[in-house]
Amino acid sequence: MGIRFILMVNKQGQTRLAQYYEWLTLEERRALEGDIVRKCLARNEQQCSFVEHSNYKIVYRRYASLFFLVGVDNDENELAILEFIHLLVETMDRHFGNVCELDIMFHLEKAHFMLEEMVMNGCIVETSKSNILSPIQLMEKTS
Amino acid sequence: MDSLFQRSLDDIIKGLRHQQAGESAFVSKVLEEVRREIKSTDSHTKSTALQKLTYLHSICFVDMSWAAFHAIECISYPNFTHKKVGYLAISQSFQESTPVILLISNQLRKDLKSNVEVEVSLALECLSRIGNLDLCRDLTPEVFTLMASSRIPVRKKAIGVVLRLFGKYPDAVRVCFKRLVESLESSDSPPIVSAVIGVFCELASKDPKAYLPLAPEFYKILVDSRNNWVLIKVLKIFTKLAPLEPRLAKKIVEPICELMSKTGAKSLMFECIRTILTSLAEHESAVKLAAGRINELLIDEDPNLRYLGLHALAIVAPKHIWAVLENKEFVIKSLSDPDPNIKLESLRLVMEMVSESNVVEICRVLVNYATKSEPEFCNVILGSILSTCSNNVYEIIVDFDWYVSLLGEMSRIQHCQKGEEIENQLIDIGMRVQDVRPELVRVGRDLLMDPALLGNPFLHRILSAAAWLCGEYVEFIRNPVELMESLLQPRTSLLPPSVRAVYLESAFKALVFCLHSYLKSAHGENGEASGTTLIQENHITPDSVLHLLNLIDMAVGPLSGSYDVEIQERARNILGFTELIKPVLSDSLHPQDERHKQQVEASKMVRLLHDTFSDELGPVSMSAQGRVPVPDGLVLHENLADLEAVCGSSLPASSATISFEGSHNVEGATSIFISDQKEESEPSSESTSLLAEHRKRHGLYYLPSEKNTEHHEANNDYPPANELKSGVTVSNDAQDLAKLAEQSFLPKRKSKQVKARPVVVKLDEGDVLPISSKIPQAKDDSLSEAVRDVLLGNKAAADSVIRKKGKEKLNAKEQEDDLDHMDSQSGTVQNPVKERSKRSSRKQNADEGDHGGDKGKQKRRHRHGKHRTREGVQNPPANVISQTPVPDLLL
Repeated sequence: MGIRFILMVNKQGQTRLAQYYEWLTLEERRALEGDIVRKCLARNEQQCSFVEHSNYKIVYRRYASLFFLVGVDNDENELAILEFIHLLVETMDRHFGNVCELDIMFHLEKAHFMLEEMVMNGCIVETSKSNILSPIQLMEKTS
Repeated sequence: MDSLFQRSLDDIIKGLRHQQAGESAFVSKVLEEVRREIKSTDSHTKSTALQKLTYLHSICFVDMSWAAFHAIECISYPNFTHKKVGYLAISQSFQESTPVILLISNQLRKDLKSNVEVEVSLALECLSRIGNLDLCRDLTPEVFTLMASSRIPVRKKAIGVVLRLFGKYPDAVRVCFKRLVESLESSDSPPIVSAVIGVFCELASKDPKAYLPLAPEFYKILVDSRNNWVLIKVLKIFTKLAPLEPRLAKKIVEPICELMSKTGAKSLMFECIRTILTSLAEHESAVKLAAGRINELLIDEDPNLRYLGLHALAIVAPKHIWAVLENKEFVIKSLSDPDPNIKLESLRLVMEMVSESNVVEICRVLVNYATKSEPEFCNVILGSILSTCSNNVYEIIVDFDWYVSLLGEMSRIQHCQKGEEIENQLIDIGMRVQDVRPELVRVGRDLLMDPALLGNPFLHRILSAAAWLCGEYVEFIRNPVELMESLLQPRTSLLPPSVRAVYLESAFKALVFCLHSYLKSAHGENGEASGTTLIQENHITPDSVLHLLNLIDMAVGPLSGSYDVEIQERARNILGFTELIKPVLSDSLHPQDERHKQQVEASKMVRLLHDTFSDELGPVSMSAQGRVPVPDGLVLHENLADLEAVCGSSLPASSATISFEGSHNVEGATSIFISDQKEESEPSSESTSLLAEHRKRHGLYYLPSEKNTEHHEANNDYPPANELKSGVTVSNDAQDLAKLAEQSFLPKRKSKQVKARPVVVKLDEGDVLPISSKIPQAKDDSLSEAVRDVLLGNKAAADSVIRKKGKEKLNAKEQEDDLDHMDSQSGTVQNPVKERSKRSSRKQNADEGDHGGDKGKQKRRHRHGKHRTREGVQNPPANVISQTPVPDLLL
């Protein structure tokens, strides 16, 4: 599976984007997000970005007021996932121009499309920023 | 008109942002609107409603399964904006079992064939998220077509979807696999390679053996690719493949080492390290190189790299502990890292380094460290000490006296919450290790004596174990009166009923023991040998017996009305016994009025109970019962309807063999009431003789009883009661750690062992039932079988399968035959070296396969048989894929 889910959460712990690559019920999602947010948001800058959680691990990174949390299998490369998060942020930066929480709130659909370009079935399939953004630009033209 | 007044998604988001407290009221109001609007026939109104609902679903956990049909309607709209809203809703909310899911099959097919690239992308994306067996089967041909699309983004996504197809519908392999393999070679377009490697990485992680034939393609990418993402994935594939084929390992070790030294990307470097440590651990030089890189990680500023460094050490520890020992200072230092995760990781490593020779020092330092840690980590430390020390029946423990006192010490740590585990180990050790019982009893007594401990609920389980041990092995107690007092102290009312019941039972045992030794010492002239008792006679005086009886009246008396049945019952037992014993004993307590007959009766009663309690309980193997052979003529599965008739006639006869304990009780009761002088020592020997007889008859199922009595002499010199072994000053943490780093972890350091390791009773290791982990892999099996067929089998058969869906079984069989053709061909045509290698790989496969189910084995044997019969036929089939199971690359 590789990546199991991607969450974006603000520092108050409110979910801003949730993308799951395996089916969970709403209750399971709510419980999982609660657990993870509690675990990760309590950590400080001096601590590492990896948290073990039940049978997988979470790789997270904070950008300003937004936390990016990615749940991955245990044999996934942690540093590569950190780079993936960074790539995601850079891509959104390029599109929105200095992306912030509000951009993601108001353009949730676009954020999802970016993720869809980058990840399929939990595998990272695209890592070039222009390749990720071109379908979105195409879509904007189409609609 | 509707849409004029409809609130847009932006309105909702703004509204949500301005709600502070009443968010749920706002959400339910919006939901109400959505329910109304979504029924609209206007596509814009409907899709906007769906869009709002999707938003609420993903942010506010609002159920949207009821809107499944509306989402399907939206994807059928020609307007792309509406369509994409529908697709997003579907991929967020559908699951395989959504009832209406099959309705989208046609729409998906239509969009997959669309000329608009983004529409195709949407459909592919959707299929990859929600595809179930039916969808995957129906749409496999379309995806297959798209895999050859000239538009790179479409091709890339089609490849991504293949993973879902294979997972849900393994027969898709026969259609798509060849094209997937071909995509591996499209080095001209990096996105394709990136996608296809991702797919293979996932596939190989489930069943690596099937992808071994593709090793040359992967190797080419490993050597040629400059894309770190791709390289990481390829390394992951090789991590899975290398253990299957030693020659492959030899081949890749050099490029991986080179990659590890040259790359500037830490993620790639770490992946190289991990691959080497996991799958190439036999290559000493490579491991040395990797260890060097780990050192760099450990000293880095970045906590992430430090964590990963420790993580890598944990991987290498089982095979190359030297790599951990080289970094021991760092590992120990990390125990006080500000990051709890790093602490945990280093704790694991410290536990890896524990061996027979350093376990005492390491545990001492860790326990001291635990007392100063925050509660959570404290318990993690205690937990890992407990599990490491008890591993494989206390394998690394030589000095059990030390370990038992360590358990006592751990119990007293303020935050200790490991009561259950400590309880289990105390009792387990008590039963297994005879020599340590005096020390166990001493530790238990110290715990029981301390009234403060009764107030801590986490300790109750431990106290229960301590009480049981002190009662069971009461002969090692120096001062049983004192023990009785602590077992019956008023604060025991703080204990839960179950533990209190154990206390009462132990008090009973202790009482019987006191009386027994009192009577024995007072009337030693009766000719009984006092070999086993260690009690200093001055402890049990007539006064102290009186004191005990009074204590029982006072403390146990009120419990006879307890609401808890266990407590009540046991209290009544004790009281009944004292009632019975008091009149006969009271005479002997006043020597001036001595009446011999009464004494003898008292001592007989006491001895009876004493013997009952002193029968030793040992651990019983879990499979013991299964090893009892079923006697001839006994049919276990027969209907028991006529049992009643049988029972009526044969019950008395069978009772003796059914339960010796029952018969023992009957004997005991009669002997108490029939005050028959002649049978003086009969009751006690009755029970033991029954037991002995049983043991003789079924000796096989008893554990060997090592009755060595030397220790009785040895433990006359008890250490002073309250001195725990925690004499070490807990002053300087860092100092301790540093000292530990200096002293211990020297591998194979011989410590001066004063004592030899005592006998530890072990049950046969075969007890644990073999866990069959292979069962739930039916689907994977069919997938890998399909892959194998395609990789090794007939191309024509593979291609035709889609047209002959109904004859799948037949086809599979044909392919199997083709496989045999190919085998025979390669056996006769290829050069001898190749042939040999092929055979060896085949043999290896077979060896590995032996772990699998019987079914596979049979099949292989069957195949092999065919192979042999056809060897002479030489009938090469028309078109054979040139790939052989073991590629040239490896030779």
